[in-house]
Amino acid sequence: MPSQIVSLVVNGEQREFIAAPGATLLASLRESLGLTAAKRGCAQGACGTCTVLVDGRPEVSCLVAVETVAGRSIRTLEGVAAGGELDEVQSAFVDCFATQCGFCTAGMIMVAEALLDRNPDPSDEDVVEAISGNVCRCTGYRPIVIAILEAARRRREQAPQEVASR
Amino acid sequence: MTYRLAPIDTSTFTAERAAAGTGTDHTVIGSAVQRSDARGHVTGRTEFFEDVAPPRLAHLKMHRSARHHARIADVDLTEALAVPRVLRILTHADIPNNLFTPLKLIGVGPDDEPVLAVDKVRYLGEPICAVVAETEAAALEGAARIKVTYEDLPPVFDVEEALKEGAPLVNEYHGQNHFRYEGHHCRRIRFGDVEEAFARADHVFEWRYQSAPIEQAPVETTGCVVVPQADGRLRIHSDTQACFFTLDNTALILETPFNKLRIVGGTVGGGFGGKVDVVVEPVACVAAMLADRPVKFVYDRAEEMQVSSPRAAERIYIKDAVMNDGRIIGRKVTLYVDAGAYSRHSPYGTTKAAAHLPGPYAIPNVWADCHCVFTNRTPSSAMRGFGVTIADFALESQMDRIARALDLDPLRLRLLNAYRDGDLKAHRKVAEGTALVEVIQKVAEMAGHELPETYRRMSSTTREGL
Repeated sequence: MPSQIVSLVVNGEQREFIAAPGATLLASLRESLGLTAAKRGCAQGACGTCTVLVDGRPEVSCLVAVETVAGRSIRTLEGVAAGGELDEVQSAFVDCFATQCGFCTAGMIMVAEALLDRNPDPSDEDVVEAISGNVCRCTGYRPIVIAILEAARRRREQAPQEVASR
Repeated sequence: MTYRLAPIDTSTFTAERAAAGTGTDHTVIGSAVQRSDARGHVTGRTEFFEDVAPPRLAHLKMHRSARHHARIADVDLTEALAVPRVLRILTHADIPNNLFTPLKLIGVGPDDEPVLAVDKVRYLGEPICAVVAETEAAALEGAARIKVTYEDLPPVFDVEEALKEGAPLVNEYHGQNHFRYEGHHCRRIRFGDVEEAFARADHVFEWRYQSAPIEQAPVETTGCVVVPQADGRLRIHSDTQACFFTLDNTALILETPFNKLRIVGGTVGGGFGGKVDVVVEPVACVAAMLADRPVKFVYDRAEEMQVSSPRAAERIYIKDAVMNDGRIIGRKVTLYVDAGAYSRHSPYGTTKAAAHLPGPYAIPNVWADCHCVFTNRTPSSAMRGFGVTIADFALESQMDRIARALDLDPLRLRLLNAYRDGDLKAHRKVAEGTALVEVIQKVAEMAGHELPETYRRMSSTTREGL
């Protein structure tokens, strides 16, 4: 099977690259596009640190063959801070001490973004459910849950009309 | 739903701040200070070793032992070398100083572990040959096509079996299945006369405790990227928890001056003690030198779980001489640390276990033998309080069982026996700055656990009430 040219919309930009047969979305982001925020923890879909958004839905990119998402819209952690400004989730992670070694952080933030996009006022249980596929071996789960709830609160305060219209 | 940002209460330190009185607040304790690395983490800009992608990067994969204990009769590389894009296959003959032990830097010996196996394998998954290839897939295929012929040897997996007469010898460099401590067969404590204490005790309790090995399981697996520099030096991007320890050990294995190596590290995607042994860097350095191009050697998840060194399994026997009122007058401990096939950090872990006995209690007669035992299991090493944590599990389980057997309050039993300032510990050190009494009193208060007045009045600074 020959390599093929794959086109994706990554963080709003059209990107084209040559993908070897069987290349994963994770490998393509990291090796072909130089976007290294998403990490390889297990390469078997078990740890969640490679999570990115595909058309807004969180996916473990280590299990996605890149040609199956050709043409789709991909969002990675690099695309979250607009113009270098941290968004509510990122700043809440900093303020609530929701990072330790930092290796699970990219996946945690991406599932949080997906959660808050569809549910601006999540309960504690909603957050726990959302991050249930993501492993933090420093076991900082509680600060992560608190940070996501705090991010939701900040986002609601910042854009009440927008939230109400969803 | 209520939740809070942590930490919030900095009022405790208001007085100190005011007392500083300079108009500038230099007091950090008690205030929330952002982590210096947090911004990098939340933006994905923190550089972990595997985020480095030098051009012409080659990949290293290991062919590992399929036996727990065997002689290596033959290694056939023919098929592996024929795999397209395989650049090179390293054997023990390629490693300048193939025999090492990581704690030699602090005088621990003998060297007892080959970087790549020579004539024998001592645990399942031991590295034998390293395949360097242009792609990860080619390296994996090359590693799979190496053919090793084994002559099986009887393995031993149990610490007490390993110490028996006639047990299979695991590690020839030691000559016996235990580590020797300054001429002694184990780390020992001798304090008072435990046998006399057992003879006059109202009760003697003896129980056995066993723990399993525990894998640190960091989300980022162990690995490194080694980049040959134009000036002849090697730049090592590593997730080691111990940059200088790794640099020094690697230099000794490469037989190269320390200034030929440069470690770029300090960013560790979870370590917990599992990234202290120096295992991936030396062989990756040799590969980078021989292939003359950058080389990446990173464990996959299965390797991380199978061959990275876990917390040692321990077996602990505790025999206590106890009076009717709960006073412990003698404690005898026999403790076995399963080092696996090689020393790594376990001789040190065993010393830590011995140093932790008999727990934070004033016991006038103590006897302990702490054995560091070699078996055909994965080498064990550092993990969060290794040596101490499992000893505590055994010691505190023992306290609870004694309390249950004598129908005593487990907290009162501990308060009765807790060491106080001025007590001579079994290691001939005088206890100072003790606080166990106050900690237990506070715990009892917080848990709503009633203590009688005499116990509430106890203190770490006096023996009053005993």
